[in-house]
Amino acid sequence: MRIWKFGNDIDTDAIIPGRFLVINDPAELASHAFEGTRDEFAREVRPGDVVVGGRNFGMGSSREHAPLALKGAGVRYVVAESFARIFYRNAVNVGLLPLATRSTAGFADGAEVSVDLAANTITAGGETHSLDPVPAFLQRIADAGGLVEYAKTLEEVELCSTASQ
Amino acid sequence: MAPIDAAMIHDITGPLAIRTFRDMGGERVHDPARVVMLFDHQVPADSIAAAENQAFMRGFAREQGIRNYDLREGVCHQVVLEKGHAAPGEIVIGSDSHTCMYGAVGAFATGVGSTDMGFALRFGALYFRVPETIRATVRGAFQERVGPKDLILSIVGDIGADGATYRAVEFGGEAVSGMEMPGRMTLCNMAIEMGAKVGIVPPDERTWAYLAPRRPGIAPFELASDPGAAFAETRTYDASALEPQVAVPHNVDHVVPVSKVAGTHVDQVFIGSCTNGRFEDLAEAAEVLGGRSFSTDVRVIVIPASREEYLKALRAGLIERFVEAGALVEAPCCGPCMGGAFGLIGPGEVSLSTSNRNFRGRQGSAEGEVYLSSAATAAASAITGVITDPREVQ
Repeated sequence: MRIWKFGNDIDTDAIIPGRFLVINDPAELASHAFEGTRDEFAREVRPGDVVVGGRNFGMGSSREHAPLALKGAGVRYVVAESFARIFYRNAVNVGLLPLATRSTAGFADGAEVSVDLAANTITAGGETHSLDPVPAFLQRIADAGGLVEYAKTLEEVELCSTASQ
Repeated sequence: MAPIDAAMIHDITGPLAIRTFRDMGGERVHDPARVVMLFDHQVPADSIAAAENQAFMRGFAREQGIRNYDLREGVCHQVVLEKGHAAPGEIVIGSDSHTCMYGAVGAFATGVGSTDMGFALRFGALYFRVPETIRATVRGAFQERVGPKDLILSIVGDIGADGATYRAVEFGGEAVSGMEMPGRMTLCNMAIEMGAKVGIVPPDERTWAYLAPRRPGIAPFELASDPGAAFAETRTYDASALEPQVAVPHNVDHVVPVSKVAGTHVDQVFIGSCTNGRFEDLAEAAEVLGGRSFSTDVRVIVIPASREEYLKALRAGLIERFVEAGALVEAPCCGPCMGGAFGLIGPGEVSLSTSNRNFRGRQGSAEGEVYLSSAATAAASAITGVITDPREVQ
């Protein structure tokens, strides 16, 4: 597994620009991933590669086309110091596991990387970092392979009581 | 899991939401009366693929008995509010990140992805983490030609692009309680630009007056943070000290006073969007414009946020004034905001936009640049051809 390294505040417009959102097929979306901001990504990404960002990865638009494009490209994990909220949910929901770790500064572009989910660690460039825990409910969705698979196991959902009038 | 009071889908994220609903085994939408569909990002269809997506959604709306405003009404967030689909205390989701705008009427409203939306269509509920709240108190009164857009740009600049991630931002203080509903919409719209789950203004008499004709029979009630509620953070701002603000390329939290970038050449000015395409924005732009013409070096695109806002502007003579001055006035839609339909910029070109995002490539070429401002600053700059303080063209 090889690292594609990005910086802080990578927005979903960069991952998949607005003009490609008429596309719904992950493989076709993948052919436009990072178009305009990192054109070689779509040409050279290999199945199993890992996208690594800094803080606030996936900020901006709610377009699920962003994690779908990465998934369609065969990206195995997205690793960052923190994620934007909607991207994080979307990634879990489509079965692309987002992994948060304290610092990605030592992870170099092109370096080999390995993830040990049992030990909850990521290793690259001779450094091993622990991964932040995933909330239990999201872990269940991730374990099912995404929200669609999780939903298939449900007949009805159990509602919390809310203050809604 | 929390029950959903209303769910909005549009032409960009709707097709995937419907597909995931089907993939989950969905046959009938849980409660079609709570679903709102409309098309605004690529209307009228600008490609065969867009036409196919919209036809697919129309078919789904007919089959399920979902209300479909189609391409008639305008930009989704404006339409949801003006048609009364969000109200205080309700939980509203939309498959669009700027859904957080409905906090302007005291709803808990947040943007979700297509699979979350598919789940909500199937079950009428969705999983949430309850957010902590940042309280932003805004004291003082705005100077002339300074307003809600300048305020929210300055708050985003202060809190940062991820400073409110997973949090709600509650706006208060006399500058907010004295603000009309369109301004509150501008504030809440851009809460997502600091990562927030929702931007919210506690409902008051203005809120209930706005809702009265849109939600017949709705009865006002008290809804506010508990006295002594613990906030994750409290920040105070002074509206009276604020100059017109501009977000500079390529991040929304790169915000400077207009004086810092005054004189920057612009190729295109866009006045519109869910952030600043309401009558009040167009009226302020027209006031700045006066009897002048726009620079012939600038492509000026004006797009009212909805049919309702368009008609108000039309009847007030604003549209005639913009056309006389050399602007292109388009029918209500998202327009150049997300760079998906028309009004794209080329390499090396500069856009000044009243919308909400200036990310690299957002409005076309990744070698172009997007600046964000209020409608007043946009109009002033469209007259001169360079970024201009609106107080200097009075």
